[in-house]
Amino acid sequence: MKTKIIITSIAAIAVSAGSLMADEDAQLVIDDEAMTIQADAPAHMENVDEVLSGWIFRSRETQALQMDDFDNPAFIFVDQALDLWDKVDGTEGKSCSSCHEDVAEFAGLRTKMPRVEDGNLVTMEELVNECRTDRMGAEPWKWSKGNMTAMTALIGLQSRGMPMNVAIDGDAAPYWEKGKELYYTRVGQLDMSCSNCHEDNYGNMIRADHLSQGQINGFPTYRLKNAKLNSMHGRFKGCMKNIRATPYKEGSPEFKALELYLASRGTGLAVETPSVRN
Amino acid sequence: MAKGVKPRVKVPKTAAAGETITIKTLISHKMESGQRKDGDGNIIPRSIINRFTTDFNGQNVIDVTIEPAVSTNPYFQFEAVVPEAGEFKFTWYDDDGSVYEETKKVAIG
Repeated sequence: MKTKIIITSIAAIAVSAGSLMADEDAQLVIDDEAMTIQADAPAHMENVDEVLSGWIFRSRETQALQMDDFDNPAFIFVDQALDLWDKVDGTEGKSCSSCHEDVAEFAGLRTKMPRVEDGNLVTMEELVNECRTDRMGAEPWKWSKGNMTAMTALIGLQSRGMPMNVAIDGDAAPYWEKGKELYYTRVGQLDMSCSNCHEDNYGNMIRADHLSQGQINGFPTYRLKNAKLNSMHGRFKGCMKNIRATPYKEGSPEFKALELYLASRGTGLAVETPSVRN
Repeated sequence: MAKGVKPRVKVPKTAAAGETITIKTLISHKMESGQRKDGDGNIIPRSIINRFTTDFNGQNVIDVTIEPAVSTNPYFQFEAVVPEAGEFKFTWYDDDGSVYEETKKVAIG
């Protein structure tokens, strides 16, 4: 009888451990390059010891898609962005490549975005649109439209494998504080904050899905649910709708501050742009 | 005319003579089924890739008829025996008459 009880309790432990992640020892290797998917949490994170890439929480099939650049459907859009890179647009008769010889020159940029320029918090999307409006004389792209997410994926890809490392001190401090406040503020009909899911309950199930830490090191990310690249702010909106709150606008000061704070929560994780998630 | 169509193919650069290699192909295409309606209730015309073929040195390897149920960005993975050095030729046929081609050389080594 005693043995039986012990066996069942062991089984219960095994089940609860199994539900945490698909495979705890899985390694993300792309083109023979190992990605850092686990890191010690930065000092400012009081309630979490270890930061984990969202890749860890996905099923094996989804994980495999990201491990091969051919199988990764996001690369269709990266290819499209390479065409856009050379495409002349606007009144100045310029393309991206007129000024920027090679997109590889942006290696490392993604790890530091968003950043503060002249006192303003600036995201990758805004850098792209600044080039388009000020230097190319072209129409700005919408925040989450195909052209923009493809281009930010192409630029982000140049930094793949490099550790996230945004500046949160100096000029960035007030934005970071605002982002932190948003992260812990309960909103919406369900009265939930980001932390309720992504800090208190990561690894647990939310309906049929594992909750991740809500890291943004893989954005823009290809999602199986809509078969396209998704921007960070688009994803934030999705979260806010799920908790029945009124989402902020893409590119709003609130989402930009939240982006900075979330980026700082992923310090040390490798950039995975463009990642594959469900 | 379907927009943003771009074929992608992954073939090993070298293979042993007689070796069976795995080939992966993907073409970005919206694959509009012809079953859907737009906001005004009019049917959106069908626009799909209806045939995909692969030849190796002029000899047919695979010939696929594609129907409207195949989803966006059709992906095919298959195996082929490489008896000698040569060239794979991949061809996709669009409903609108366009033909998209891609070639990949394989060396013996």
